[in-house]
Amino acid sequence: MIDKRVLLTGARSDASLATYDPDTRRYDELLDGDGCVRPHWLGLLQRLTADKTHDTARRALEVTRRLIVENGVAYNVYADPQGADRPWALDPLPLVISQEEWRGIEKGVIQRARVLEALLADLYGPQRLLAEGLVPPELPFGHPNFLWPCHGLVPQGASWLHVYAADLARAPDGRWWLLADRTQAPSGAGYALENRDIVEQVLPEAIRDLGVRRVREFFGEMRESLRSVCDDSANPLVVILTPGPFNETYFEHAYMARQLGLPLVEGQDLTVRNETVYLKTLGGLQRVHTIVRRLDDDFCDPVELRSDSALGVPGLISAIRAGKVVVTNALGTGVLESAAWLGFLPGIAERLIDEPLQIPSVATWWCGEKPALDYVLANLGRLVIKPAYPNQHFEPVFGRDIDAEAQAALTRRLSKRPYAYVAQEHVALSQAPVWRSTGTPNFAARAFTIRVYAIATAAGFRVLPGGLARVASDAATDVVSTQRGGGSKDIWVLSDGADKSAAPPARRLQVAIRPDDVPSRMVENLFWLGRYTVRCADNARLLRSTVRVRVDKDVWRHGVRICRALGVIAKNAQPAASARNDPDPFGIARDIKRIAWCASQVRSRLSARYWRAVVGLQRQVQEATASREEPREALERLALSLAALSGYAAEDMTHDDGWRLLRIGRRLERLQFIASLLAQHLTAPAATRQGQVEWLLDVCHSISIYRSRYFVAPRLGSALDLLVRDEHHPVALAFHCNSIGRDLGELAASLRITREKSVAEPIPEFTDGELLTLEGEDQEGYAARQALAVKLRALHISGADLSDRLSMRHFSHTGDTRSVWT
Amino acid sequence: MRYRIHHETAYDYASEVLHAHHILHLVPRPAPFQQCLEHTISVKPETFWRRDEIDAFGNVVTRIEFEQPHRRLEVVTQMEVEAHPRPKVFAAHTLPWERLCAELAYHGACPTRENLEACRFRHESPYVRVKQEFTDYAAECFPAGRPILECAQALMEKLHRELKYAPGETTVRTPVREVLKNRRGVCQDFSHLMIACLRSRGLAARYISGYLRAGPVRSAASSVSAAIGAGASHAWVAVYSPPYGWLEFDPTNNVFVGTGHVAVAWGRDFGDVSPLHGVILGGADHELKVSVDVESLTPS
Repeated sequence: MIDKRVLLTGARSDASLATYDPDTRRYDELLDGDGCVRPHWLGLLQRLTADKTHDTARRALEVTRRLIVENGVAYNVYADPQGADRPWALDPLPLVISQEEWRGIEKGVIQRARVLEALLADLYGPQRLLAEGLVPPELPFGHPNFLWPCHGLVPQGASWLHVYAADLARAPDGRWWLLADRTQAPSGAGYALENRDIVEQVLPEAIRDLGVRRVREFFGEMRESLRSVCDDSANPLVVILTPGPFNETYFEHAYMARQLGLPLVEGQDLTVRNETVYLKTLGGLQRVHTIVRRLDDDFCDPVELRSDSALGVPGLISAIRAGKVVVTNALGTGVLESAAWLGFLPGIAERLIDEPLQIPSVATWWCGEKPALDYVLANLGRLVIKPAYPNQHFEPVFGRDIDAEAQAALTRRLSKRPYAYVAQEHVALSQAPVWRSTGTPNFAARAFTIRVYAIATAAGFRVLPGGLARVASDAATDVVSTQRGGGSKDIWVLSDGADKSAAPPARRLQVAIRPDDVPSRMVENLFWLGRYTVRCADNARLLRSTVRVRVDKDVWRHGVRICRALGVIAKNAQPAASARNDPDPFGIARDIKRIAWCASQVRSRLSARYWRAVVGLQRQVQEATASREEPREALERLALSLAALSGYAAEDMTHDDGWRLLRIGRRLERLQFIASLLAQHLTAPAATRQGQVEWLLDVCHSISIYRSRYFVAPRLGSALDLLVRDEHHPVALAFHCNSIGRDLGELAASLRITREKSVAEPIPEFTDGELLTLEGEDQEGYAARQALAVKLRALHISGADLSDRLSMRHFSHTGDTRSVWT
Repeated sequence: MRYRIHHETAYDYASEVLHAHHILHLVPRPAPFQQCLEHTISVKPETFWRRDEIDAFGNVVTRIEFEQPHRRLEVVTQMEVEAHPRPKVFAAHTLPWERLCAELAYHGACPTRENLEACRFRHESPYVRVKQEFTDYAAECFPAGRPILECAQALMEKLHRELKYAPGETTVRTPVREVLKNRRGVCQDFSHLMIACLRSRGLAARYISGYLRAGPVRSAASSVSAAIGAGASHAWVAVYSPPYGWLEFDPTNNVFVGTGHVAVAWGRDFGDVSPLHGVILGGADHELKVSVDVESLTPS
C-alpha cells in the first residue's frame, strides 16, 4: 500500500505522507481504500512534498501563527489577555474538494434551504403541516425560539432565511450527511473569509495554480442582496446588530462589518419611533432599512419577547409588522435549530416542495413518539442523546460512554419527558490531514466537519464555494467544537477552469458607510478612547520624568508631590508602584483597561495595527506588573506604544465626525492635564528652580524644542511662554484651544448644526515683562504665580465643562432602557 | 351578570422618561361566556403613536409609544361586560388524565383542531418551567384513571391549602420554582404554579388575566369567604378538559370560575397577557398605583 502511495505522489522519500496513519474505520479525504492519493489532492500534494526538508510546512505554520496574532483573529475578542480571548486555531493545510463533489453539496444545500424556508412559512403562517400530522406540535411549540408574536408575520419578499448554514460530515460510506441546520444567525462565514485571507498568503502559488474557487466575491454578493431586500429606498441603510464585545463571536461581527462596509451596532444604538427603526447618530436619527442580526431571536425586542433583554431593540417587532424594516434572518427562524426536526424533514420536503431530500441526515429519533422512544431505550449503547430544545441545559450523552447506573438514570429521564430528547446514531466522521504543529511537521489525520453557507439572492439561494472546516483537537476525538479547542481549515473547492464567480461582478461605485451613519455610542467611545489614550500617555510621562530625577532629592520631592496632587498616584504611594499595581485605582493599568474597553467598543472602526497595539499595551502592562524591572524602562515603552496609538489614529482612520470627536477628546484631555500640571507647578515653593523647570519641560516632552529655541538653561518664564502661548507647539495650551475650536467648527458644518461654544475660559496672556515677573523670587513673583495658577485652574474646569456639554448634546440618548410591568 | 369595571394604572417616575413603548392587554376579549358591551381606554400623556390589534392568541392588544419626556403615566379603562352563566359540567365525563396526555402527544396522525390548539399551551413558556419537581409535588392529585376535571380540582384545592396568599412578597420575576419552595405568592404565582404542575405532566393549561367581583365567593368545597384579588387585576387558570374544552379554575380563591370573573386575555403565561408592560428610556425608579373597581349592574 505504501508503495502505491509513493508511486503516485512521486515523492519516494517524503516523510509527511509516509507517516500519515489514517484510522481505517473512517473515510479518509486524502487516501482511497487502497492507500492511493485521491486525484483531486495530487496537485496540492505535489507542491507541498517537493520540498524534502519540511521548509514549506514549517514556514506555512509559522506564517499562519504570525498572521493570526497580527490580525487579532480570536474566538472572543475582548482585548483582555487574561480573559476569554483565545486566538483562532487554523491549520493552513486546506481541505480539498473536487468540483464534481462540490456540485452535489451545493445542490443539496440549496434544496435544503428551500425546504426550511417553506417550513418556516408554514409554521409562522397556516400551520398546515401540524394539522396534517406531518410535524409534531411539540417541535415548534416546545421550542423557545418559536415566537408567537411573529405568527402571521410575513417578512419582506417572504424570505425568512437570508443566510443559511449546514453542518455536514462524511460518513464511512463516502456520502455527505447533514449534522445540523443553522437558521438563526449562522456564524463562521467571517472566519472562513479570514482563513482564506491567511492561507492565500501562506500558499499563494498553490491557490493560483490549482484554480481554487474564490470566496471573496460571495461577500460582495451578500452585501448587494442585503441592500436589495429593502425595496423602499435607493440608498438603504443596512446595519449589523451585535450583542456586543462579550459575545464569543464578536470578532466575526466586527470583521463582517468591516468586510461588508456596514455599521456595527448594538441594541441601544437603535430606536423605534412610529414603527420605524432609527440609528442614533451624531447627526441625529437615521432611518435603518435592514438589520442583519447576530442576536438570538428571543432577545431582539424586550417589549414583545424576553423582557429581561437589555440587548434588543424595544418596539422592533411592531416596525417589522409595519413593513418598515427588514430583519435578517427573520425573527423566529431559530425554531429550526433542533435535531428533532431531522427525522421529519424528508416527509416535509416531499409535502412542501415535492422533491426527495438530497442530503440525508444522520439517523435521528425524536423520542416524543412511543415507537421511537422504545427503540432508543433498547439501543442506548450505540446512540448519542441530545436535547430537543436549546434551553435545556443538557449536554449530549454518548450511550457507550456511561455505566449501567447512568444508563438507568438516562432511561428514567427520557421516559419522564420523552419529547424533549433526541437520539442520534453515532457517525464516524471522515478525516483529513493536518500539519502536526509540534516537532517535524508531518501529516496527521483528524476528524472534521464542514459548515457550508447559502445566501438568498434575487436569483435564488447561492452557495459560498468554500466554507469553514472544523477539526477535532486530537486523533481520538470525534466531537468537533470551536468552544472545546478544536481547530479550523480553509476549504478549497477546485474549479474546472470555468469558474463563473472568478470574474469580479460589475461593481457599482458606492459609499458603503455613509458619513453620517456613525452611531452615537460609538462616537462616545471614540471620544473617550481619545481622552484615555492621552491620559495614559501623560501620566506615563509624568511618572517617567519623576522616576528619572530620583537622584536629585529636591526635584524628586517636587515631582512626587505633583504626581500625588494630580491624582496620578495615591497620597502615600510612590511613582514606581503605579505601573505595577493593577488594582490601584490611580494606576496606569486601570487606564489601559479603559482604553481596551473603549477600543473593543469601536473595534470595527480601528485598523488592524491599532487593535494590535491595544492588545500589545495590555501585554506590556502585565509584563511590567509581573517583572521587577526598572519602572522607568516600562514607562518609557508604554509612552512609546501610546504615541504609536495616536499615530495610527491619525493615519489609519477616516477623518470623519467620529474621528473629530476622538481628536477633540485628545486635545481636551491634554489641555486639562497641562493646565493643572502648570497650576500645581506654579504654586509649588520651588517653582522657579532650574531643576524643577527642567523636570516640567521633560514631563511636557519639550526639552529639545526649548533648547533649540531659547539657548538658555531652563527658566520658568521661557517655559511658560512655550507651554502656554505658543500656538504652534503641540503641547501648548494655545495650540489645543485653537485645535478644539477648529474641530468644533468643522463638526458643526458637517452635521449642519449650530457650533458648540469652545472652552469658555481664555488662554492666559502675558507680556515678556510679566514673564520676567513670574520668575521672580520676591513677593511680587509669588503673587503673580498664584494669580496665573488660578486662571489655569479655571481653564481646567472649563475644559471639563465642555466635555460635559458635548456629552449632553451628542450622547444623551445612549442610556439604558428598562422594563416596567403591572 | 352585568358589570361596570373601572381600572386605573399610574406610574410616577423619579426622573423624566424620555421615550417609551408600552403594550396593553386591557380590553376583554370575545369569548362564548362573556360580551364586552362598551369600552374606553384613556392614556395620559398624549400618545405619540397607538395601534390596536389582535395577537396570536386572539387577545385585543393596544400598543402605544411616548416621545415626549414625562414623569407620570396614567392609563384608565372603563368597560361594561356581560358575563353569562356557564353550562354545567360533570367531572366523570371528562377524560382520564393519562388518556388526555396520550391524546395530546404526537402519534403520527392528524390531531383534532381543538387538540392542536391545546398543544400551544402544553409546553414550557418564558415564565413557566416544566420540571420534575412540579410533577412530584402534584402527584397525589393525579391517581391513575382519574378524570382530568377531578385532578384539576384537587390540584386547585391543594394549592389553596398549601400556599399562603402574601401580597408584596413576590414580583413579576419570581420564578415558579421559588414559589414552590416558599409556598407564598399572589394570584399570578398561584396560577403559574398550577400551570407548571399540569404542563409538567403533559397536560394543557392557559393563564388568564382578568377581573374578579368583590364580595363573598363560594369555594369548590362549598364554603363561603371573601374574594381575594378583587381590588387589582386578577389571574387564574384554564385547563383543557375534553369533551368540555377549557374549564377555568381560580386557585387563589379555590373556586370554579363563573359569572363572578371577567376574562381580559389569555396566553401561555403572565408574559403573554400582562395588563401593561413597557420598556422605558430614563425614568430611574418608579412608583406604581393600580386600582380596580368591579361594580355589579345586575341587582342580586
